[in-house]
Amino acid sequence: MSIQGAVLVPKVAKGSPVYKTVAVVGPPNAGKTTLFNRLTGLRQKVGNFPGVTVEHHTGSFRVDSGEEVSLIDLPGVYSLNPKSEDEKVTVDVLNGVMPGAERPDAIILVLDSNNLNRHLVLAGRVIALGLPTLVLLNMADELHKQGGQIDVLPLARQLGTPVALVSAVTGEGLHAVANFLVATPHPPEPLELPIFGDPRHCREWAVRMGSQAAYRPGATPEWTRRLDSIFLHRIWGGVIFAVVIVAVFQTIFSLGQPASDLLQKLLDSVAVHLGNILPAGLINSLIVNGVWKGAGSVLVFLPQILLLFLVIGILEDSGYLARAAVISDKVMAKVGLNGKSFIPLLSAYGCAVPAIMATRTIENKRDRIATILIAPFMTCSARLPVYTMVIAAFIPNRPVLGPVVGTRAVAMLSLYVLGFAMAVATAKALKSSVLRSRDVAFIMELPPYRWPKWKSLGLRLMDRANAFIFRAGTVILGVSILLWALTYLPMHNGQPPAIADSAIAKVGHFIEPAIRPLGFNWRIGVGLLSSFAAREVIIATMGTLHGVDPESHGMALQEALKSDLTPAGAIALLVFFAFAMQCASTMAVVRRETNSWKWPILQFLYMTAVAYVAAFVAYRVTLLYWY
Amino acid sequence: MLFNFMKLRANNPGHTLGDLAVGESGILEDFDMPQSIAEHLMNLGFVPGLEVLVARSGPGGNPRVYRVDGTEVALRRDLSRCIAVRPLHEPEAEVS
Repeated sequence: MSIQGAVLVPKVAKGSPVYKTVAVVGPPNAGKTTLFNRLTGLRQKVGNFPGVTVEHHTGSFRVDSGEEVSLIDLPGVYSLNPKSEDEKVTVDVLNGVMPGAERPDAIILVLDSNNLNRHLVLAGRVIALGLPTLVLLNMADELHKQGGQIDVLPLARQLGTPVALVSAVTGEGLHAVANFLVATPHPPEPLELPIFGDPRHCREWAVRMGSQAAYRPGATPEWTRRLDSIFLHRIWGGVIFAVVIVAVFQTIFSLGQPASDLLQKLLDSVAVHLGNILPAGLINSLIVNGVWKGAGSVLVFLPQILLLFLVIGILEDSGYLARAAVISDKVMAKVGLNGKSFIPLLSAYGCAVPAIMATRTIENKRDRIATILIAPFMTCSARLPVYTMVIAAFIPNRPVLGPVVGTRAVAMLSLYVLGFAMAVATAKALKSSVLRSRDVAFIMELPPYRWPKWKSLGLRLMDRANAFIFRAGTVILGVSILLWALTYLPMHNGQPPAIADSAIAKVGHFIEPAIRPLGFNWRIGVGLLSSFAAREVIIATMGTLHGVDPESHGMALQEALKSDLTPAGAIALLVFFAFAMQCASTMAVVRRETNSWKWPILQFLYMTAVAYVAAFVAYRVTLLYWY
Repeated sequence: MLFNFMKLRANNPGHTLGDLAVGESGILEDFDMPQSIAEHLMNLGFVPGLEVLVARSGPGGNPRVYRVDGTEVALRRDLSRCIAVRPLHEPEAEVS
């Protein structure tokens, strides 16, 4: 009767949880993340195990008694063969040998009930580990809708573990989780396990397990096939792809810009208010000019950044991004990469950091490095504030193509094209020389189309917003305060010096010879220096520099900039920003993902050299032909 | 276009997944590629003995989408030519 004991969990969840840490394991596309979000809600955080690049979420699940169990969401894996990094992390955590992670006391295994013939193979592997395991057959709603069925009790007997048919989307059957967590722990007692070395045997075992449970998978939803016959159509597929990409950027600009403007107005009025209520003097200046203007000038871009991540998230969760990878594969092949690089490169338009982490799905190591090296050329959202400000200050808005497309839009678009073109040229150069690779396999699983879930989108956006605000609150705030202090030193008789005599001016003048050929003055020099922490910091810096300068104090930053740059210098500045790798976070993530300082340092030197030369050329050419 | 007796001939060297036309299917036999890639394909359902259907061809004819074991997977032509299959000329009931 011990098998019965292991298989059956009490109907009512009462009492204290018997486990402290439970690992959530499952193959990709089995709805593991949706389930994890459903179970833990907002009580979760993202982390990295020390020494490895794989990101994981931890969260807590509250049982009925109010006590909490900690859940670890491990990367999606097809097997427990520690060849790929994701699988190695999963195996190491499950075996308790991952530094920084406690060995889990139990496992929740999430499988797609529509794909059990494949996914049960993983169940065999996981059960063989001997930890108490709850098998959740997820997406029950889809299984039923598509005419499939399964009997969980015979399957539970075969596997020797409790099994529940659940839906993470509707919440159906999820009480099994709470029940499992308070039941007496039982190691699994399977009647039979497959021979793991033999894939054919493994699958036969999985099919046998399924047939014991009268398993019949649901049919692939008809509309997935219908949609694919449009989205992957020989002609329309490419057209729709182009429309989608244009729509992504159009959304960000047409919706994001007004939202940013609104936020800007709000922040400005708070600044005026703060200036009025605080007593005049040093503190007033520190708070208003150092802190608020510095951090605030960056915070206004939050709406655009979130919008970009929202749009990419919708494409990803709906399943379209996998099709986009297939469509772009042919073009990517021309520069020696494959369609899998498309997803990271598209995300790089938001931010290079998550993009570089997304390169993990690229199996070929050389392709992966090449993608990492070109990703920061994509116009990330941190460049957007710089572009917007400089373009607004220096480029008069005249219609080019009708009343909608003006010179400013063309300038912005050219900068996007510039970054993209340099990425393509770099990829081509790398893939035909140092990173040449022979057998490239492009293998892309196409999940069924699904409606994106607002909850999981929302949670990811919160992650991004937190990261951005955290950066605005730490790095950018720190730089702003430091700069403000440098503008106040050295004091004479308790009075701050004229800006031209301040410590910051000395630093600026020191580097001026190096940047004068690009048409930049010392103020821009200070801005550039600070922007190597993060690109958008330059705006905060310029804000602080002008905020404390009585001559330009009252001016809008755009107007003040005109005293620093000629139009040719402004073009050079834009080109410099299009190419330079000014982002400490990106360098750190490249170091982590490539496991050496070699790549980030080479990348930094290469991008900065390209930026310098290109900015110089842009400056000279503009001087010669236009201004 | 093929003679009937060829239908049952196993291990025909000319028969790879890449040789099948859209709408045709075959039984998977063998992989001629590095072990790690073959293992990845097997994890996705490309297990010898199973039926694969060429479901559709992407824009430009490459990659193509294959339906196997209830999922759809896109592969480039060059890789699909490294997968040996036994063609089935009367399409059986579709793998769902």
